[in-house]
This record gives sequence, C-alpha cells and structure tokens, in this order.
Amino acid sequence: MVNYIIRRLIAVPFLLIGVTLLIFLMLLALTPTERTALYVREIPKNDRVLAGIIKKYGLDLPWYEQYWRWLFGTTVTNTENGVVTEERVGGILRGDLGYSRTASQPVAELLTRRFPATLELTLYSVIPVIAGGILLGVIGAVKHNKPIDHIVRIFGIVGWSFPDFVFGLLLLMAFYAGTGWFPPGRVSDWANKIIMSPEFHNYTSLITIDAVLNLRFDIFFDALRHLVLPVISLAYLWWALTLRVTRSSMLETLRQDYIMTARAKGLSEHAVIMQHALPNALMPVVTLSGGTVVGLLAGVVIIETVFNYPGMGAAAARAASQLDVVTELAFVLFNGLILVLANVVVDILYAYIDPRIRLD
Amino acid sequence: MTAQEMPVPMLTPRTRRPPNWLEAWLGHDAYRTVKGLVTNPISVIGLVLLALFIFIAAAAPILAPPLDSNDPYRIPRDGYGAVPKPPGTAWKVRQPSLPFWWKAVTGKDEWVHLMGTASGQWDIYYGVIWGTRTALFAGLTITLVGVIIGVFIGAISAYYGGWVDMILMRITDLFQAFPFLLTAMTLSAVLTPRLGKGLLAPMIALIVFSWMGFARLLRSDILSLREREYVLAARVIGVRDSRILFRHILPNAIFPTLVLASMRIGSYAITFAGLSFLGIGAEVGFADWGQLLSFARDWMTQLGEYWYIVMFPGITLVLFVLSWNLVGDALRDVLDPRLQGSR
Repeated sequence: MVNYIIRRLIAVPFLLIGVTLLIFLMLLALTPTERTALYVREIPKNDRVLAGIIKKYGLDLPWYEQYWRWLFGTTVTNTENGVVTEERVGGILRGDLGYSRTASQPVAELLTRRFPATLELTLYSVIPVIAGGILLGVIGAVKHNKPIDHIVRIFGIVGWSFPDFVFGLLLLMAFYAGTGWFPPGRVSDWANKIIMSPEFHNYTSLITIDAVLNLRFDIFFDALRHLVLPVISLAYLWWALTLRVTRSSMLETLRQDYIMTARAKGLSEHAVIMQHALPNALMPVVTLSGGTVVGLLAGVVIIETVFNYPGMGAAAARAASQLDVVTELAFVLFNGLILVLANVVVDILYAYIDPRIRLD
Repeated sequence: MTAQEMPVPMLTPRTRRPPNWLEAWLGHDAYRTVKGLVTNPISVIGLVLLALFIFIAAAAPILAPPLDSNDPYRIPRDGYGAVPKPPGTAWKVRQPSLPFWWKAVTGKDEWVHLMGTASGQWDIYYGVIWGTRTALFAGLTITLVGVIIGVFIGAISAYYGGWVDMILMRITDLFQAFPFLLTAMTLSAVLTPRLGKGLLAPMIALIVFSWMGFARLLRSDILSLREREYVLAARVIGVRDSRILFRHILPNAIFPTLVLASMRIGSYAITFAGLSFLGIGAEVGFADWGQLLSFARDWMTQLGEYWYIVMFPGITLVLFVLSWNLVGDALRDVLDPRLQGSR
C-alpha cells in the first residue's frame, strides 16, 4: 500500500509542472502587450511607456526565462525621484497571479473572496448527489425491469440530456418568477447588511455556518433559501450520472457467481445486497465521486451565472466573456491544482478499497 | 471406415433465411446494427428526433427565409425595443420575406413572430431554426475532429508501445488534468482576438480538450488485439507497420470508440451552447441556441411573463441532446449485447 501511494505521489510534481507549462503556453499565445496585465493594472496607451514596461518585466525574453519569472517572480528596479529601489514582483508561486481587469482587484484577492461561496454551493450539492444517486441506482438494479427501474432509467437518460443552464432557467421560471420563493443571489439585501456589519463574525466565510455560529437563524434560512435552486440544478446532472453508473455496476455484480452462492446459502436478500453486492458494486462509483467533486466545481461556472451567485464560477464566466485571459488562467491554475490533488486522493482511496489495484 | 469415407454432414447454416437486399448490401454486421437500431423503441424515438433536426437544418431557408441570403445566420430583428414580445405578435419593421407555406397553412398575409422576440427584438423562431444548423455543425465537427486526433494518438501509442506510449499517455494525462469547461473557456478567450469573434474559437478550444477519452479507449482496445495471431501472422510475412495498424487492427478495434463518439455529440452540443450562453462564441444576433437562452438573463425576475425566451430554445436544445443520447445508448446496446438493458 505504502509502495503504491509513493508511486502515485511521485507523478504529482511532474503533472503539476506539466499543468503550469501548458497554462504558460496559453499565456505565450498572447502578445507581450497583453501579458503586461500580469504586472500592471492598466495597459498604458503610450507606446514608449509600454515598451519600457515590457523591457522592465522581461516580457520579450525567451520563453524559458519568462516561464521562470512567471513561476518565481522577478526583481525589478524602480527609479522614483532619483531613489532606486528594488522590488520583487509577480510569481504565481508567491501568490501573485496578476491583476484582474474585469473585477478591478488582484486575482489572488478575487479568488480568496469568491472561493468560499463556491465551496458552500459545492458542499451542499455533493451529499445529495452521491447519496441519492447511489440509492436510486441500487433501487433500479434490484428492481431490474420493473416499473420503478424504467422510471429510474428514464430519469437517468433525460437528466443526462438536460443542459444545466436550461434546467436552472426553468427552475427560476417556476419557483422564482411567479412565486418569489427561491430568489437568485447568495443572500437577501437585509441579510447582506448584517453580514457586512462589524457585529457579525465571519469565521468560515460560509454564510450558512457563520449564521449558525452567530446564532442568526434568520440569516441561515435566508442563505439556505438562496441555495436551493442552484444546488438542485448543479446536482441533478451528476445525480443522473451517478445513478446510471451505480445501476449498471450493481446489475453486473448481481450476476456474479458469488452472489448466487450467497443466496443459495440462505442469506436474506437484504444481506445479499447490502453486504455482498453493494461494496463491490460501488467501486466505479468511488472513481466517479472524485470526478463528481471536480465536475461540480466546474459546473458552478454556468450555474453561478444563471443564478447570479457571487462565486468563483461567475467571476470566471465574466472574465472569459470579456477576454480577461490573465484572470481566466489563474482560475484554470487553481482548479487544475484541485483536480490533480482530488485525483490522487481518489486513486489512493480506490487502492485502499480494492486490493487488486495495489498489486499492479 | 477411414476418415475420408465418413459422410460429410450437411452444413446447415444457422439461419436458413437468405440475406435480404439490405443485408447483402451492408454486410452482416452492419445489417445487425441497423436492425438493432430500428427495432429498439428507445432508439427509434432518438432516430425520429434526429431526422427531424436534420430536416429542420436542411429546410431552414424554406422554414425561415432569411432577411439577407448572404448572411442567413444573422437573426432578423424587429426594431430595437428592450421588452420581449410574445409569440404571435405581427412583424413591424424589416420583415423578412414570407415563407410560401405560411399562407397555405394559416390563410394570412402577414408574417408574425412565431415564437416571440427576445430582448432587442431578435426573433426567437429564426434563432431556433437556423440555430439547428449551428448545433449540428458544432456538435459533429467537434466530435469528428476530436475522434480523429484521439484515434491517431491512441493508435500510435498502443501499437508502438514503449516510450512512445509512455510519452503520449502522459500528455493525455496532462490534458485530462485540466478542468474541461473552464480551460475551454480560457483557450477560447485566448483565441478570440486572433481568430475573430465567431464559432471557430470556442470550437477549437473544445476540440483541444476533447480527444483524450477517445485516445485512451482506443489504446486499450488495440492493446488487447496487438498480440493476436492474425496480427503476428501479418508481421511475419512482412506487412508494413502502418498497414497492419490501419488495415488489420484499427477496423477491429474502432467500434467502442465510435459508440463513445456518438454518445459525446450531445454533450459537446451542450458545452458549446453553454459557452455561448456565457457570452463566449459568436457575436450577438448569430443564430445559436445558447445565445438565445442568454437573453433570458436580462429578465430573471419576469421569466413567468417572458417564458418563451427560455422555453423554445431550451426545449429544442434538450430534445437535440436527447436524440443523440438515445441513439448512442441504443448503438452501444446493439454493438455490445452483453450490456443490453444494463444502463
């Protein structure tokens, strides 16, 4: 097991280097002028000033030198009123991701401000997706070709065909436009005022949790009310997928000889399914779950835009539509990191559950 | 009695039925696939829907005669007012020519907004009809090019093995390490200033991050064939590598990849529409379902009143994706009978 984990971990740094290289490649597709956004807030109109900035930050150097500077930052000398000062700027590893033109703030700040909202949305979606998907999938497989199985199958296919943004818009139409029940956004205006005020303590920046910690249950319910629709539209697609995978894997498992043995020795159907079939049938679901977490984090781009939810995804969508590449690439980098790490966790988890993997 | 004298048993074919003209023309395997597709009720629904969409795409100039036949994808707009108008409202300004069937069907002389207008008075009906072409074109092109790249990389990787395989698979890993939608958005934003605002930038961006699944699947299928006797035999008699790969192995290994491709067309159509929903892709007014839907974002609080902005393009997109998924699902069942009904 340790061996397997080490082997798996060795690949990680290489993968990370690859990810940064590919992202940097996209940066190189930009002109040096566009790349100045990494270091300065506004691209100067004056050609001479611009050339000076390109020179100063080395944006015309060979790609490997630029890559190095992009990773670790670069030391520049500023001459102001005859005083020469040295300053270290840039460097994604130093947390300097450039300046976001669309959000009018440093990208790193934008990321840290927006991430909790997205995390909250994703956390609330993961549980119903995985638990509900597994439950429905098992029901479908156990009641194979019964009416309930057909309903589950149809839900699986139709759900998988329903674009999340169409679904989200339909939900808004049904549950907000007419009734005002579940509004878009993250919290109502009155709640936002309280959250911004000094007497409300932001412990985690996850509003539902902070609200409980501050004993403001009205805010808790308000935030929950705003979460309902985005969570449903984010979750149902993965729900459909999880249930399809669970169902087919369960069907496959139930056909195995050892299940027949279990039945033959007189075990109750409940024991056969829960103790013998399910653990093995869940193998592919574990792999999928890692993908689900990542997929949910990616799905927020569209869902947050539909519901005007002030998270990372909405900011990324805004940046992309206004061609703010520097901001975009920072988001890609951040999500790519999460993806790589999530995959490692899933692989190790997988090897832990299924000993056959380790022996490879 | 020696072996020679043994009566030779009459070889009775399992099916006495002589092949009909279709089977004779298509060959047995393809015939079985087609037969499976047209006898499975689910896939029939899919095929009918698909045929409908292909018909709409082909007949777009008749169903919705464009205002400017040189630029048919530009949705005609009835003025510039912000407030959407409901289905059935009469055209006021810059009316495109009346389709000939309109009078025959309704007996009226005036052309109306069949599905209403979105904010900015873009006609939804035109967007839906011409958008069918956009969706078919985008979905098919992205998948086709993705499959070609994937087949190329997967085949080379599996056939040569060793360090070639190692490098190509690590590159595949790397591309899979990126969040698909976000990276495609970003690449699209990088490409747009260079290629101009249009379909090309998002399509290339999606293609660049679409081939990995095909490459992996094909690679594993080829690996299982590579050591078969008939391949060894071909190698022994000195057949060229490329010929073994493309004539002997690929035709036997490609089917699962094609099934996967058919199942991906729908999801690429969704992603493509999603990108234009976010404002990445063609310019405003280009016939594209995602873009029509993005007009709904202006009217979030009044969607009950302006339901037609969401309903018509939304349901069309759902049916389009559903048709591909149903056909892909059935195709998989036919080609891999072991999986029949298991998904």
